[in-house]
Amino acid sequence: MWQKFINDLMLASQEIISEVAKFLPRLLVMLVLVLVGYVIAYLLKSVLRSILRLTKFDKLSEHAGATQLLNKAALPSSTELLTRLVFWVAWIGFLLAGASVLGIGGMQEHVGHFFGFLPRLFAALFVFFFGLLAASFFSRAALLAAVNADLPSSRLIGITVRTVIIVFSVAMGFEELGLAEHTVLVAFAIVFGALMLGLALAFGLGGRDLARKYLERRFLHGENEEREDELSPL
Amino acid sequence: MTRRSLLPEESILSDDFLRELMNVGEVDILIGVPTYNDANTVGTVVQAVRAGLLQYFPRQRAVVINADGGSKDATRDLVRAASISDLHHPSGMTALRTLHCISTQYSGGVESGKALHTILAAADLLRARSCAVVAPDSIHIEPVWMKGLLDPLHNSHVDLVTPLYRRHKFDGLLVRNLIYPLVRALYGKRVREPNPTEFAFSSRLAVQFLNQHPWTQDAGRDGTEISLILTALEQDWPIAQVFLGEKSRTEHAPTDLVRAMRQTVGTIFWSLEQNFSAWSSRSGSSPLPTSGPEADVDLEPIRVNRKRLWEMFARGVAELEPVLKSILSPATLAELQRAAAKEEEFHFSDELWVQTAYEFAASFHQEVISRDHIVQALVPLYRGKAYTFLTENRDASGEQLEAGIEALCQTFEQKKPTLLELWEGTK
Repeated sequence: MWQKFINDLMLASQEIISEVAKFLPRLLVMLVLVLVGYVIAYLLKSVLRSILRLTKFDKLSEHAGATQLLNKAALPSSTELLTRLVFWVAWIGFLLAGASVLGIGGMQEHVGHFFGFLPRLFAALFVFFFGLLAASFFSRAALLAAVNADLPSSRLIGITVRTVIIVFSVAMGFEELGLAEHTVLVAFAIVFGALMLGLALAFGLGGRDLARKYLERRFLHGENEEREDELSPL
Repeated sequence: MTRRSLLPEESILSDDFLRELMNVGEVDILIGVPTYNDANTVGTVVQAVRAGLLQYFPRQRAVVINADGGSKDATRDLVRAASISDLHHPSGMTALRTLHCISTQYSGGVESGKALHTILAAADLLRARSCAVVAPDSIHIEPVWMKGLLDPLHNSHVDLVTPLYRRHKFDGLLVRNLIYPLVRALYGKRVREPNPTEFAFSSRLAVQFLNQHPWTQDAGRDGTEISLILTALEQDWPIAQVFLGEKSRTEHAPTDLVRAMRQTVGTIFWSLEQNFSAWSSRSGSSPLPTSGPEADVDLEPIRVNRKRLWEMFARGVAELEPVLKSILSPATLAELQRAAAKEEEFHFSDELWVQTAYEFAASFHQEVISRDHIVQALVPLYRGKAYTFLTENRDASGEQLEAGIEALCQTFEQKKPTLLELWEGTK
């Protein structure tokens, strides 16, 4: 009885030692991967930061209006934010790769999902950033054109253009991420439709008099009042 | 200076046009007439040009080149129909040489840059000694304008002749309030019409400009006339001014002020980038050799809606606040907003206008936002300055008007160091 207990204990101990002996190299590999991953992620971060500084990414981000958004949310500059994101994504990638080496059940699948998700995450960020850039550019262009054409509510026109482009790019970004695709699309369609209907009603009913005055001033100018002399700027 | 003629394969000229030019052979004088749907006036202009050449340059080999942007009316037929045989000069003088009139249509739509490019390339190919460009809608043109424009090139060793006109005191407000003072302060020469519709230049300057100008870039397609003047100023080519006569008030009145601003101020701002070493080292200004009165103004009273100008200025300052914030310093913007608060107390001072213009130029250089947007944002502010100009000079005489413009020019010159500080980011 006692001898059997000793034998089982020895067997169990040998198995534990054997498992630990098998596990230790994997742990070592994981630690090496984590360490190497940290170094690579840090290098990536430094290289990316230099590239972004050289290409004046902060200026581009300022033009896009992203810097103002980040400032309002008390977040660091867009260069800093992007480099940190790349650092963490790269390092987490190595951490997960290291964890998968340990042979923990189901980990491989999670790692696969993570790496499969990365391109979509970057595509969504790319779409969102360039959406902001386009929104800023076209809203400013619309505002300037409206002011110089002496249209009423110029700023409203600019804000509308900006909102529509941002909503559109957010919808595209979410679609890219695969998050609530149908909900986002339906929400976008509702918002866009409501906006257009609202504008149509506003101009058709609320702005009826304003529109009439504007059209009269624009097209019946000569008939209603004495024509002024034209001034040539050049 | 070595002369580099364009080879046919690198020329922008069409084969048919090249053939016509080769039939003409070398010429002494080339007159360019850029057109687009100008059938109502181009006939008068070409007749005056031909009469001028016959009367004042009968021994010279001359050609009139019409660069057309795709007219839908009879513009090109009218130019083509021109022939020296149907002209009769009162003195009984006849031309000793055939005067050729050639019309060509450049591709790609109406662009002043393409028209001038075509004229310059033709002048280079024909080895014209002197060239002049005449606007197709200058209804007051006289034959003597040809003598005025071309004589200084032949007799006074100048390479560029710019015009002076008799204009209404409220005509050319952008030129008087911004373009002339700014160009004068930057390049140190008092060119009264830096964006001329009539001007003449030597073959040397034509070849230099033809080879240097970035014709294929966006910046090279608009405002080419002012660009040629700026090139001559930057490189210190000898320039003279000639009084031509009356310039009708509504001729050339562009319906689009934004376009006028892009063509002129946009081109000046762009040239600052290219010519920093030339303009940054100059201070003060000197007059140019001038024939005739430098400033001749028409004081006839006219109806102008100043209130609308004011409203567009005040609304522009209010609505464009987020855009102006990225272009102007907080102090200048605050001063503009204060000024725009009440029409009765509004006065756009010379100092504020100059500071505004220089901050716009520096922002254009630093590209704080899209450069085209910067130029567009200046339009409502210019309306404010135009309002002040009209109010101040409602009853002004010609001398008082000139004194006001001179004071503005002096302010531009005195504050030029501010532009340099803003440019280098030290202010």
